[in-house]
Amino acid sequence: MDERQAPEVASLSFEDAFQELDATVLRLEAGDLTIEGALALFERGQQLAAHCSAILETAGLKVEQLTSEGEIVEVNLD
Amino acid sequence: MTGFSRQSRIRSQVPVPRKNGYKLTSMSMLFRDIQYDSHTWSVSELTSYIRELFDIDFRLQDVIVSGEISNFTRARSGHFYFTLKDERAQLKCVMWQSSAKRLGFDPGDGDAVIAQGHVSVYEAGGVYQLYAESLEPAGRGDLAMAFEELKETLASEGLFDESHKKLIPEIPRKIGLVTSADAAALRDILNVLSRRWPLVSVLIAPALVQGREAPPQIIRSLQWLDGRNDIDTIIITRGGGSLEDLWAFNDPSLARAIFAAQHPIIVGVGHQTDFTIADFVADLRAPTPSSAAELAVPEQAEYKAAITAFEAAMNSSMVNFLREKRSLLNGLTRNLKLLSPRAALDNNRQQVDWLISRMDKAMRSILDGRQSQLSVVSATLETMNPVATLARGYAILRKVDGHIIHSINDVVKGDLFSVQVLDGRFGAKVIEEEQWTKDKLRK
Repeated sequence: MDERQAPEVASLSFEDAFQELDATVLRLEAGDLTIEGALALFERGQQLAAHCSAILETAGLKVEQLTSEGEIVEVNLD
Repeated sequence: MTGFSRQSRIRSQVPVPRKNGYKLTSMSMLFRDIQYDSHTWSVSELTSYIRELFDIDFRLQDVIVSGEISNFTRARSGHFYFTLKDERAQLKCVMWQSSAKRLGFDPGDGDAVIAQGHVSVYEAGGVYQLYAESLEPAGRGDLAMAFEELKETLASEGLFDESHKKLIPEIPRKIGLVTSADAAALRDILNVLSRRWPLVSVLIAPALVQGREAPPQIIRSLQWLDGRNDIDTIIITRGGGSLEDLWAFNDPSLARAIFAAQHPIIVGVGHQTDFTIADFVADLRAPTPSSAAELAVPEQAEYKAAITAFEAAMNSSMVNFLREKRSLLNGLTRNLKLLSPRAALDNNRQQVDWLISRMDKAMRSILDGRQSQLSVVSATLETMNPVATLARGYAILRKVDGHIIHSINDVVKGDLFSVQVLDGRFGAKVIEEEQWTKDKLRK
């Protein structure tokens, strides 16, 4: 089992969460786990999947633009 | 246009207009009217006649004409209206939307173009005009040669080598965008990014994308973005235009700036058929601005599908896992019953009981033995009890310090001592002493 302290799912970026989800599925599929380990992985995998979906659902394109004065301003997309 | 098809007209009609003897079936009625009635023409009739004259001239059915565009108008319907002119003459032109949408560039006033189409009369307007079917920038030949020359030079310098192409990140967090700030291409790109991967953020570094000022501006914006450390991918883009419009993207300095950039660069300029030097030196060439956006980010639907698939895989893995563990557990339970230590335990218990009873017996016999020994010993002890000895008439003599007197050497004449008999004691004094030899002791 991976004994390193796993970071809070909610704090993960999409890429990290997705990557960990991928790895979690692989480990679950490989079996070779204790029941406690499998349950913990399964639970975390579900959290990761929900987190990824939530990020996709709520994301909105952020657009900024460099002005001629050299400032970066946010562009409002209507 | 007349009611019959242009092709059949071209093939079947004799294109020699003569005053008498027109054989055109469609015009025979008209001619009869003109020839034999002293007819005053209506404007429509005359105009229609003139249009027929144009339409039977097969040379006018397919012409190629070069000139400069002026009064260019793009109607809301998508049709183009413009005038082609040279130093001495003008030609009104129309290009229907069906042809206009296939154009590889955005025509505009002042463009030198070569148009192909047929000439006919627009009766309602009383004008003859070119119905253009295709349009391309004139002078393409010269530019094309310059382009090929530059392309070869840069290729020989290795600017287009595949080995220098950087990988485009699968999931960029921030995309740098070099384009004209108000172009339709920008809106297309933002739409595509927003639809496909709204997680990304975009930083626009505006630049002129045509004209002499364009290359240095594009380079400056590119280098500004490239110098940042929060950018994953840079897109350089411009919508469709004439070869001249796109010429900024053939600038050798821009090519070298793209080559020198640290970040992966996608170039999407013009339409699918337009190739610029920037396209060749880019890490990835996109045929259009919106496809540049498509190549820059993943499609969220694919990731959503993957997440759903992961969830399903986890569920079935978990179900299988638990099922396996359960059947393993059942198997073990069965084995456990077969190999149960209870039987052995029962055996052992009996053995223990037997051992305990044996031990009891042994202990008892030992104790019994000890008991009889003890009786003998206590009888012996009884005989050795000094009280019994005293009863037989012996006495115990002790010095004043309590020590028992064993030997004549323990005392000297005049010592006081105590004498214990069976039922009491009394004091005494040594009045004489005599040491006996061994012989005398035996007696």
